[in-house]
Amino acid sequence: MLTPVTHVLPLTTIQRKRLLPVDGHVRVRAGQHVRGTDVIATAILAPRHHILNLSSGLGVSEAEAERHLERFVEDDVVAGDLIARKKGFISRNVRAPVDGRIVLISGALVFIQEKHGSLELRAGLPGQIRELIIDRGVTLTTTGALVQGVWGNGRIDSGALAVIAANPDQVIDPEQIDVSLRGSVILGGHCSAVEVLERAQTERLRGLILGSLASDLIPAARKMPYPILVLDGFGRLAMNAAAFTLLATNDKREVALNAEPFSRENGARPEVLIPLPPPPTAEIVPDFAELERGQRVRIVRAPYQGTIGTITQIQTGLAVFPNGLRAAAANVKLSGGEIVQVPLVNLEILI
Amino acid sequence: MPTSIVNADALLAIDVGAANTRAFFFDAVEGVYRFVAVGEAVSTYAPPVNDVSEGVHQAIHRLEQISGRQFIRPVDEILIMPTTADNNGVDKVAATISAAAPLKIVSFGLLEEASLESARNLAGTTYGRLVDSISMNDRRHLSGNIDDLMRLAPDLIVVAGGTDGGASKSVFKLLDPLGLACLLQPLNQRPHILYVGNQDIAPEIQSTFAAYTTVHTAPNIRPALEQEQLGPAEGRLREIFRRIHTKRDTGINQLDVWSEGRLLPAAAGFSRVVQFLDQIFEPTKGVLGIDVGAATTNLAVSFPGHGLRQRIYSPFGLGAPAGNLLASGKLAEVMRWLSVSISETDVRDYLLHKGLYPNSLPVTAEELNLEQALAREIIRAAVKGLRPSFPKGLVGSGPGLLPWFEPIVAAGSVLTNAPTRGQSLLMLLDGLEPTGISTVALDHKNMLAPLGALAEINPLLTVQVLESGALHSLGTVISPVGSARPGTPILRVRLSGSEGEEKTLDIKAGMLAAIPLPAGQTANLHLQPLHRFDVGMGGAGRGGKLKVVGGSLGVVIDARGRPLRLSFDPERRRDQNKKWLAALGN
Repeated sequence: MLTPVTHVLPLTTIQRKRLLPVDGHVRVRAGQHVRGTDVIATAILAPRHHILNLSSGLGVSEAEAERHLERFVEDDVVAGDLIARKKGFISRNVRAPVDGRIVLISGALVFIQEKHGSLELRAGLPGQIRELIIDRGVTLTTTGALVQGVWGNGRIDSGALAVIAANPDQVIDPEQIDVSLRGSVILGGHCSAVEVLERAQTERLRGLILGSLASDLIPAARKMPYPILVLDGFGRLAMNAAAFTLLATNDKREVALNAEPFSRENGARPEVLIPLPPPPTAEIVPDFAELERGQRVRIVRAPYQGTIGTITQIQTGLAVFPNGLRAAAANVKLSGGEIVQVPLVNLEILI
Repeated sequence: MPTSIVNADALLAIDVGAANTRAFFFDAVEGVYRFVAVGEAVSTYAPPVNDVSEGVHQAIHRLEQISGRQFIRPVDEILIMPTTADNNGVDKVAATISAAAPLKIVSFGLLEEASLESARNLAGTTYGRLVDSISMNDRRHLSGNIDDLMRLAPDLIVVAGGTDGGASKSVFKLLDPLGLACLLQPLNQRPHILYVGNQDIAPEIQSTFAAYTTVHTAPNIRPALEQEQLGPAEGRLREIFRRIHTKRDTGINQLDVWSEGRLLPAAAGFSRVVQFLDQIFEPTKGVLGIDVGAATTNLAVSFPGHGLRQRIYSPFGLGAPAGNLLASGKLAEVMRWLSVSISETDVRDYLLHKGLYPNSLPVTAEELNLEQALAREIIRAAVKGLRPSFPKGLVGSGPGLLPWFEPIVAAGSVLTNAPTRGQSLLMLLDGLEPTGISTVALDHKNMLAPLGALAEINPLLTVQVLESGALHSLGTVISPVGSARPGTPILRVRLSGSEGEEKTLDIKAGMLAAIPLPAGQTANLHLQPLHRFDVGMGGAGRGGKLKVVGGSLGVVIDARGRPLRLSFDPERRRDQNKKWLAALGN
């Protein structure tokens, strides 16, 4: 069965396509090195138009209006610029109400698109621009340790990693966040108090990596100006052991956080990158794979939610679970040696 | 006696759902069409695969393993069509799809409560999301309408307005922002337009807007102020759905080519079967079909003489959209159906987590209970949404209650794959609250939508497969309606089997009871309502005899009352839910 892969990799080559949702302007060149926070492309996502009616403005008929134009389609204008003028004993003028560009003249109507609602697409991760995608974005490559999560608050930043969790399920105490952590990215276990988020803002943290977040903190987390990245889910969950071990052993290293929201529609996932020199072979790791015996997997639903194990057998036929449900299943050996039966759809491959 | 066929085709039906892709194989066996086998795989329309055909090929490959028949030529991965002399391949293909991102739709209509309402109803018959509506009373400036249209970037604009022979100038005026927004957008980003208004100006609309974008026209959905007619426009909407998705989503085009341009939204296939059942079942009752999917829920009802009413609820599914219930403040409504104690925080965590892993399954008793509670609330929301469009004057047990339906068919994994049939039925009874007498059946092989699509190619196949066990009967449900204190006897039931055996039961208000009657067996059911309760046999207090066919739960009497009232006390309510589950053999 084809199954999504979650990456927890100590050293890999990563390739990411970064695209605007609509056509816009790509602001970088191929081969350029960028930081995660660098703007790589811009677009006007929500254009605002101002319509000037020359008939009423100049007191002329629709057919006559065009004759009085002083500016034309594609012209950039600033507020107050003369757009049309009717000369005569009493001259009448129509002027641009805002800075913008004339995008359409239809009959006596002049449409000025205001410079508004600009979207800035950031690189997300530090790396090198490999390919430009005309009007839409880039393909970016980078190397380092990679950890993928399940939720992000949409922010991007980087800083030195500070491990404040002694173990993967430690609940962060607001008192743990003080001025000594200013400019750092914190690695914590579980966050259940809004005070943690607020103190992180006060102390100007550059980011927060969590195993889990209390679901009622989501609205507050979305408002925070720094990236918050959740690796395992909502409620009281320990951070998966693979991610915790990898991150905890990189204390004080520079990490880049791209906390973009997990999206099934565009495939975006929140990620932590620890930039490192390239591996000997630049093999791109897959984003999905067939489930097979021997694979390392993470269980995504109760009763073993967040636990990592290894597939010992893909069962033939349908397995019956204690609640009576029947589903295709695998036997998974957990780190303690226990073998448990898990529906295939409740597994994700960990590479 | 089944009709025998001479030149039988072998047919493949492919259904691409939000969670699973299935390939069904049908062939003639001893002169009658039969369902032979199904192959199933995970759907791959979404990232990281982003290609529908990967899941389709996997499902077909699985079908090949099960059936021993080859459908895809290994050398070049091409579908073998027609059937070869060595019995490989197929003659025809049907395809349905419910996966892929819903269409973004903006509706235009003259009046809020007339044409605009009909435009919204029409939009609800496809996998779409209505993102804005514009009417004559819209308070936005022209530039505001244009900005919003450009910001929302709809795939489709549905334009209604003007009864036939009625308003025309105001329709053109209404469309000013649309024409201008089209002019301001790049050619490849302009929406399709479906015009379903005053037919007198349809050619002029077509010629005016064809210069900007693709324009489709269909008969007026509001030909008169008091008349709504969605049917013909629904067909055109299906065609637009097909055109947009074949162009936009990788792999869908291949399905469309295989099915010779007949790719159908799965909901349309499902509804076609509901309409078909309406033609063959009781002429006085309607047929109800509900499909609770991973991403959407489809409710279709067909009434004799009134035709189909259908609504697809895009935010309501058991997969990714589960978290949407949080936003709509429905947490308490979901929780009232629980039979185990789960905190509000845990329910919220569960819903959010389910959104992250929409295909995952509940393995613990608590999560299963929660998922089934969610299904009940989704079904209730679907019924509440569609009920206003039911025709007036339907036969039933009273205002505000569901009219009589025969049969009720249900699809979707949460219902068909529930660990016990009692759980399946109780979800439906709690969600739908049927009245009178109804047979309830499950689409246990998930093949109604593909069968509906196949009906266009080979109607005989659809009929014969439906007759040969495509539906699994849960039983006959009697839902008396009336008023009595709990514990008051309201109905006497006597079941006489074909071999003379009899079972009698006195039903009291508040009870939920099942009388076993194995599938395939018939019996005579004698009903004698008391206290003027209505069981759907001609009026309050009227009883009689009817022939019933068994099902996995036999005959079920749901005397819990309509509308169903749950205790306000959480602990008592949980006990109530537990007791009802136990009554159906859980």
